[in-house]
Amino acid sequence: MLDDFMLRAALAGIGLALACAPLGCFVVWRRMAYYGDATAHAALLGVALSLAFAVPLFPAVILVALAMAAAVTGLGGRNNAGDTLLGVLSHAALAVGMVAVSFVPGIRVDLMAYLFGDILAVTGTDLATIWLGAGAVIALLAWRWSALLLATLSPEMAVAAGIRPRAEQWALNIALALVVAAGIRIVGALLISAMLIIPAAAARPLVRTPEAMAIGAAVVGVAGVVGGLVGAWHADLPTGPAIVCAVTVLFVAGIVLGGLRPKRR
Amino acid sequence: MQASAAAESAAVAPTAVAAAPRVFAGAPLVQLDRVSVALEGHPVLDRVDLRVRRGEIVTIVGPNGSGKSTLVRTIIGLLPPTSGTVRRIEGLTIGYVPQRLAIDPSMPVTVGRFMNLPARRDAAAVAAALADAGLPGIAGQQITGLSGGQLQRVLLARALLDRPDLLILDEATAGLDQPATAAFYARIEAVRARHGCAVLMVSHDLQIVMRASDHVVCLNGHVCCEGSPEIVSSSPAYHGLFGTDAAETLALYRHHHSHSHDDCGHAHGRSGDHRHGAAPDA
Repeated sequence: MLDDFMLRAALAGIGLALACAPLGCFVVWRRMAYYGDATAHAALLGVALSLAFAVPLFPAVILVALAMAAAVTGLGGRNNAGDTLLGVLSHAALAVGMVAVSFVPGIRVDLMAYLFGDILAVTGTDLATIWLGAGAVIALLAWRWSALLLATLSPEMAVAAGIRPRAEQWALNIALALVVAAGIRIVGALLISAMLIIPAAAARPLVRTPEAMAIGAAVVGVAGVVGGLVGAWHADLPTGPAIVCAVTVLFVAGIVLGGLRPKRR
Repeated sequence: MQASAAAESAAVAPTAVAAAPRVFAGAPLVQLDRVSVALEGHPVLDRVDLRVRRGEIVTIVGPNGSGKSTLVRTIIGLLPPTSGTVRRIEGLTIGYVPQRLAIDPSMPVTVGRFMNLPARRDAAAVAAALADAGLPGIAGQQITGLSGGQLQRVLLARALLDRPDLLILDEATAGLDQPATAAFYARIEAVRARHGCAVLMVSHDLQIVMRASDHVVCLNGHVCCEGSPEIVSSSPAYHGLFGTDAAETLALYRHHHSHSHDDCGHAHGRSGDHRHGAAPDA
């Protein structure tokens, strides 16, 4: 039943889900959801750059995503950047990106592929890039895990313990840029945030430690990718949105299961 | 009480007891010289001098917006001074107790996990620290489910796990009622007596805090006045800052203070005994 391209698609989606799981937890804990959106939307500018100057997509998207991260971090910091500012940046990046892409001749048709992803068109090279990026994100977050947790709980306590919160914020910025670059081929610029937030939020009602939440998010993400692909195959659905629908079903299941669990307080 | 103190001194590494308080004796752990800090272009601190020596309890008092929290963030190194120097003694370990944890409800953290941040610690040491804080068996509970008083004790227990040279308490009793506040400061004095660490407290909670202090710095952007609690409370600058209400409260405070000073003397005597008792172990 599963063809070669389906196998590649599944492997690509699983790689993305594994990288999104720990990063998505921090996006949720630090209330960076809108920030993730802004970075993902900026990726479309990277696509335009890549097409216009015939440079590879992955580094172009990373570059623009990091520039967006620098803009957001420089303008506000994690708590100070108001919703409004992020909203302006997020949607401006999306609109400017779409306008920029429209200037590149013969690309109008492909725009949908970058907005919603085209996981079935993933090539072997894409797959290698995605897994390299995912591996880098997981390694980076595993390395900074404890420092990031403390910096998230209290910047003051982190500094007192010899941790530099701003440097840790940049670890997250870099991880976010890598995930966006990996994810734009899979679920597209519009739905990357969903792969960050929904699996983490789905795991939350069932766990008691940060580590368990990251692992739970990975399980939900992988299950969502597989479920979405199978569903898309059978019902002929657009795959990126089908994957997001699948993790959303799991999110609802998480709430229900969390409600059924006896409270241990 | 005695049993827990004995357990504590047994758990202490010999170097921590014998070496740490003596090596740096006399030299300030933290020294601020003419430190000014501006936040987004607005001057918040103006040429602040501050010294904290080992074993000393220093309290910073000041009205809201006087720059107390900014001063603490500068001392721990979160904010760079715009001018002046902040010197920390080589290898200084700081235990920081925040006013509260702004923990998002989406973040699951048990007390046990929290005690092991940023580094894994000996499970027995964590259990002992929680028991010593009067919270045995709490390790499996979620941080967000704790009461204000419980959280405050957990934060203090975690800060003490590293045997800090300097314990910093930023409005640590905000939100606690009077008995809980008094109990908290009694515990701070006991901690100081036992570990010999310096304590830097920030508060607008004048009476109780000042009673427990060796040195009080009255801050309002700049240092208005400083000295022993008696000197500060009789200073015109202090009265100007806190108004006549505070002056009347302080008359009351001094009255209480002269009474409680006897208790203080006993406490010092007891802490002296602790030190004598600890010496043969070391």
